[in-house]
Amino acid sequence: MSTAMGSLILRTAARFLLPLLLLFSVFVLLRGHDEPGGGFIAGLVGAVGFALYMFAFDAARTKTLLVIPPVVMVGVGLFAATASGILPVFVNLPFFTALWWPVELPGFGEVKFSTPLIFDIGVYLVVLGSVMKIVLALAEAEE
Amino acid sequence: MLLAVLSGFILAALAPWLTRSLQDKAGWVLALLPAGLFVYFLSWVPVVVAEGAQVVAYPWIPGLDISLTMLVDGLSLLFALLISGIGTFIIIYAGGYLHGHEYLPRFYAIMFSFMAAMLGVVLSNNLITLFVFWELTSITSYLLIGFHHEEKESRWYALQGLIVTVGGGLALLAGLIMLALAGGSFELHEILASEELRDYGFYAGMVILILLGTFTKSAQVPFHFWLPNAMAAPTPVSAFLHSATMVKAGVYLMARLNPGIGGTELWLYALGIFGALTMFTGSFMALRSTGLKAVLAYTTVMALGTLTMLIGIGTEQAIIAAMTFLLAHALYKAALFMLAGALDHETGTKDITRLGGLRQLMPITFITACVAALSLAGLPPLFGFIAKELMFEATLQAPLISTFTTVLAVVSAIMIVAMAAVFSLRPFLGPLKETPKKPHEAPLSMLIGPVVLAGLSLVFGLAGFLPATALVGPAVAAVHGAPLDFDLYLWHGINLPLMLSVLAVVAGLLLFWQWDRVLAVYRRMTFIDRFGPERGYEKLMDGLVWLAAWQTRLLQNGYMRNYLLTIVLTTVGLTGWTFFVHTGSSAPLGTIEFAVHEIVVAGLVVLGAIVASVTSSRLGAVATLGMVGFGIALLYVFFSAPDLGTTQIMVETLTVILLVLVLFRLPAFQNLSSAAARLRDAVVALSLGGLMTLLILAVNAVEVTDRISDQLVAWSYPEAHGRNIVNVILVDFRALDTLGEIFVVGLAAIGVYAMIRLRAEDRKK
Repeated sequence: MSTAMGSLILRTAARFLLPLLLLFSVFVLLRGHDEPGGGFIAGLVGAVGFALYMFAFDAARTKTLLVIPPVVMVGVGLFAATASGILPVFVNLPFFTALWWPVELPGFGEVKFSTPLIFDIGVYLVVLGSVMKIVLALAEAEE
Repeated sequence: MLLAVLSGFILAALAPWLTRSLQDKAGWVLALLPAGLFVYFLSWVPVVVAEGAQVVAYPWIPGLDISLTMLVDGLSLLFALLISGIGTFIIIYAGGYLHGHEYLPRFYAIMFSFMAAMLGVVLSNNLITLFVFWELTSITSYLLIGFHHEEKESRWYALQGLIVTVGGGLALLAGLIMLALAGGSFELHEILASEELRDYGFYAGMVILILLGTFTKSAQVPFHFWLPNAMAAPTPVSAFLHSATMVKAGVYLMARLNPGIGGTELWLYALGIFGALTMFTGSFMALRSTGLKAVLAYTTVMALGTLTMLIGIGTEQAIIAAMTFLLAHALYKAALFMLAGALDHETGTKDITRLGGLRQLMPITFITACVAALSLAGLPPLFGFIAKELMFEATLQAPLISTFTTVLAVVSAIMIVAMAAVFSLRPFLGPLKETPKKPHEAPLSMLIGPVVLAGLSLVFGLAGFLPATALVGPAVAAVHGAPLDFDLYLWHGINLPLMLSVLAVVAGLLLFWQWDRVLAVYRRMTFIDRFGPERGYEKLMDGLVWLAAWQTRLLQNGYMRNYLLTIVLTTVGLTGWTFFVHTGSSAPLGTIEFAVHEIVVAGLVVLGAIVASVTSSRLGAVATLGMVGFGIALLYVFFSAPDLGTTQIMVETLTVILLVLVLFRLPAFQNLSSAAARLRDAVVALSLGGLMTLLILAVNAVEVTDRISDQLVAWSYPEAHGRNIVNVILVDFRALDTLGEIFVVGLAAIGVYAMIRLRAEDRKK
């Protein structure tokens, strides 16, 4: 497919677009609690970025770029999401009680670390991992 | 107390590692845990004797008022002592029996899990906890029966035991929930204190469901067949699970519930008759068995039937007899099983007819076997004699079914005497017979258990006051619901039970003398194998496979269009039916006001859908479907749901990418479906669309006064520190739902991957 689809324009664009889209996806993930966004959308944005890159180049290259295998990503995500629910149990609160640790960062304002944030990161990883797994599998079957 | 139950699970996790590092001494060292537990439970005996039942509670989910409670009374202590006491010897024994076996570490891990689960069953005060532990014993039993998993037979019998007991477990779960509803609590001590259980509207249904669970677990007729088959397990397992402990879980539960739901005619008939039949079947089948373990397995079936029958009879006499018999049986049966294993281990065969003349080569085994078998046969001065006398007394005094139970009890006793003699004399007397291995006495680890347990049978027989005050007395108090004053002793005077005992012994010895002829008679009775309940089980399994194949051919036929058709038609049928039945055609339909731009977008969506379904170009279909998707995303934005809108756009983009990936592989569009099929599809599609439209209009007409969304909006910032309500709901308010969803997403990805890979590999071949 790389020869059929990979035009020079697309390749150049993909090189620039991928980091931008990834950055955007993290941005969408982190702002999600107050503004439109969240782990699910952010995961999809990230997946679109990688899918675009895959069109421009090929599946193998995308895989190396991902570093972490998609299935591992899904596993880590599920673990993080589950762990964020179990965490409050250790401080004698019911399962899935949200814990908040607001931190004042100099020059950046207040940052709200919390178990919902960990949970949302878990969702992000699961969505990104799952979509990439499917897209890569299809592309590889193609080749 | 909680640690006492959980320690078994903890040790189970460590057992493989410990077994490897301790090598030969593993059995002796690991046995320290059950031995310690035994001492711990023993320390509870004075407390229970002096102060009665104790409830130990650990707070679990205090917010919902759920706590983990354990009930310590005579009954649970008797069982706990048997489990930990016999367990100690079994663990030591297994070290010798499976010496050097490559799966020994695994064996100990499962064995300790089982022990912990069994302690959980008998100590749980909460019905749900009890049920969870109950199922755990079934699962560990499955793993242990199938221990020799390379053998097809082991696997088959393991599955058989699992299906029978877990099938019964399902019924039990329903029964226990009904019990909790009837008693107004899930806590046993509260349920049993309730006086209204017997007047519960569904009393009969509840009892039958509970009995289905206990009968399957405790191998009552007609479910008894799995137990002898479970002898495929290594002998330590048979000795522990399938004679002394697990199979008695059903008996335990019946005894436990007796003060609450027992004492009715249904209880008497169900337990009395099935118990007596099981007792008879067990001894009848034992008499025809020639395998050492098969004989013991069927006598175990006999004992379980006897216990069930006695609990069913439910008189004071019967309860005393049941608890005495329980203790006596556990002592002699565990000993006999371990001896059977020793014989098998040292000679290489389990066939009684191929054993003989071992008295000089295996003297300790011989003497111990005689003592234990005397208790099995119910002869003085063993504890088994007291138990049997009490049993006869109880059946003679039984209400309504006295003749039936007494006759069966005597007939069974005769056959058991014969088999006790066969078991303890045939392998040891007469000329020495050729065996696969050169026989010699078993090692200490395999003899200590039987010797101690058989010794206890003798001590308890001679000094009946010991078990009467410490073990049987408190247990009887728990099963009867109130303490009873009684004593256990050998000599009751010349009375009817004694005469029946004498009759049983004389007739039994005659049978033993003529055993070879008896076997010849049995051989002609082939109907037992052809029409037994096990054939029923096999037919049922075949039927299940057939049904699964049939419904798979029907439903999972591999055509996407058929799946869609099924899903849509089911939805339309069920939803439409509910809608029209509950609201009739009189449902008020609300009206919706449109803005112009909404109508334009909606029109585009509809147009896209129509074009997509009539176009003859693939690319056209993809593009128009995209139009539908983006139109819907736009609608979301109009109705101020930017999150949904963005998600929809992302999903659309990805869908297009995925479609493009597969598009090249597909052949050109062809018109394959007939006009009639298309008409059918159109009708189905329109009916779903029509139904959804109707539903939305109807929902719109309903005035909701207190919307949950208002509440969520109000909570969002102060409670969850988030202004994006959609996200707050996803990650905080309903995080558990989201967790379930992302698990589904992950599983779906793995499923899709597996399908693609399988297809790719198929093509390679």
